[in-house]
Amino acid sequence: MSITLQLPAVLAKLADGRRSLEVQGSTLGDVVADVAARFPGLAPRLRDAAGKPYPFVTFYVNDDDARLSGGFAASVRDGDEIIVVPAIAGG
Amino acid sequence: MTTSVAPPLALRPRPQVCRACGALHEPAPIAVCEQCLGPLDPVFDAARVLPTRDAIAARPWSLWRYREWLPFDGEPVLSLDTGGTPLVEAPRLAARLGVARVWVKNDAVSHPSLSFKDRVVATAINAAAAFGLDTIGCASTGNLANAVAAQAARAGLKAWIFIPEDLENAKIVGTAVYGARLIRVRGHYDDVNRLCAQVADEFGWGIVNVNLRGYYGEGSKTFAFEIAEQLGWRLPTAVVAPMAGGSLVTKLRKGFREFSAAGLVSGGAPRIFGAQASGCAPIVRLVRENADAIQPVVPHTLARSIAIGNPADGLFAKRAIIESGGWAAAVSDTELVAGIRLLAEAAGIFTETAGGVTVAAALALAAEGRFSPDDEVVLCITGNGLKTVDAVAPVLPQAPLIAPRVAEVRALVKAADAPTVKESL
Repeated sequence: MSITLQLPAVLAKLADGRRSLEVQGSTLGDVVADVAARFPGLAPRLRDAAGKPYPFVTFYVNDDDARLSGGFAASVRDGDEIIVVPAIAGG
Repeated sequence: MTTSVAPPLALRPRPQVCRACGALHEPAPIAVCEQCLGPLDPVFDAARVLPTRDAIAARPWSLWRYREWLPFDGEPVLSLDTGGTPLVEAPRLAARLGVARVWVKNDAVSHPSLSFKDRVVATAINAAAAFGLDTIGCASTGNLANAVAAQAARAGLKAWIFIPEDLENAKIVGTAVYGARLIRVRGHYDDVNRLCAQVADEFGWGIVNVNLRGYYGEGSKTFAFEIAEQLGWRLPTAVVAPMAGGSLVTKLRKGFREFSAAGLVSGGAPRIFGAQASGCAPIVRLVRENADAIQPVVPHTLARSIAIGNPADGLFAKRAIIESGGWAAAVSDTELVAGIRLLAEAAGIFTETAGGVTVAAALALAAEGRFSPDDEVVLCITGNGLKTVDAVAPVLPQAPLIAPRVAEVRALVKAADAPTVKESL
C-alpha cells in the first residue's frame, strides 16, 4: 500500500499526463518534495520558491483541508489519498 | 419561399487574464491559470465604445443594460430579464445607524429565484451557451442552487447541483422543483466546493462557480451599477455587504470604480464594509487582524447561505475593504435573527439569514463608530426571507387564536402595548 496523489487536469500535463501518482513521505511536505523531485516541471506549481504552499492551491488529505491539520506539516501514511485542487470556487 | 434574416451577432465570451501572473488565456470554460493556478478574470477591450447615461437609461431595465461592462462581445441570448431590483430608502434604519440616509438594495425580489445569485448565473449561463455546453451546475449553499436550476430549466440545459446535506428545506424544494439533478453531499460547503472542482475537471460541465467563475463573477458588478444609477448617477459613501466566498465585495468595488472611470457617476468611491456570522468569519478575521492568509474554519452558524469556511476570494475581499477605507464585522446568530426582524419592521423587507447578518453588522459597525452622521449607506440584501423561515419563526410572537367576537378583539387591542422588536433591539 502507498499514498496516492490526485492531480487536476491542468497539472497532470506536467506529470507525464498522469492524474494519479503513487507518492512517498510521512508528511504532506515530504510528499510534495517527492513529487517535485520526480517531476521538476510540477514543482513550482505546488509550492513557492521558499517551499511554502500557495494561497491558490489547496491540498486535501482524505477529503480534509490540510491547512486544518498543519499544512505541509500534516502527517500522511500508507493508504491516504491526497487531492490537489486549485482554490478557485466559492460563493 | 423563405426569407433569411441576419442572426444577431453571436455572443462571444471575452479572453481572460491571470490575476496573479498576468498570463492571457483565450476564451474557454476555465477559471485557473495554466501557468500558476491563479484565478482568471475577463479582460475588456479598452477601446470599446461605452454608452452614455441616457443610452443606458433608454435600455430595458435588466442587468444587460450595462452589457459593455459584462465579459462578452455580441448580444446575450439567455436570462435577459434578470436584474433591475428596487433600491428602497429606509429612514428609520438611518436613524438607528446615526447616518444621513440608508437605502436597501433589495435582491430579495430578484427574478427569477429571489436572490442576488440570479445575476451571476445570468452571465455564466450565457458563457455556457457560447461554449456549447449542454450541462451546467454548481456547488451551492442554496441560493445559487435555486438560480442555476431555474435558469437552466428555462434555457433547456441540464443541471447538476451539489449542496451540503443540511440546507434549509425551502432551498432544497426551490431547486428540485425545476427538474435539476440535486445531489446532497455529506459535509459542509467547502467539501461540496472541492468536489465540484473535481467534477468540473472530470466531466467537462459548466460549473458556474468553478470553471465558469470568471464570467460568473462579473455579473455581481451589476449590483453596484444599479445602485449608482438608482441614486441618480452618484455613489453612496458606504456599502455594507455579506461575505461568503468574498467575491461580492470585490466586485462591488470594481463596479463602482468602473462607473467612476467611465465618468458616469459623481462622488468618491464608497467605503466597503463586509459582514459575516461569527460562527464563520474567516474574512472578518483577515480584516480585523490584518492577517495575510486565510485560516479556514468549520462553519457553525444559522447563516448557511454564507457559511463558507475556506473563502477563495478572502484575500481579495480583504484588500478591497481595506483599500476602500472600510471595515468588517461579525455578528452572532442571535444578532442576525434580530437583524432580520429589524429590516422587516423598519423597512418592510423580509430577508434571509445573510441579510440579517448584513443589517446586524451595520448596527455593530455603527456602534464601533465606523459611520459618520453625513454618511449615505447602502445595505446589500442578497436573499429572501421566505427561504429561511425556520431561522426567525421561533422568536416571533404566536398569533392569538380567538372566537369571531369583537369583544375578543377589543381585549387584544387593549393589551397591544407590549414592546416590539424596535424597542428591544
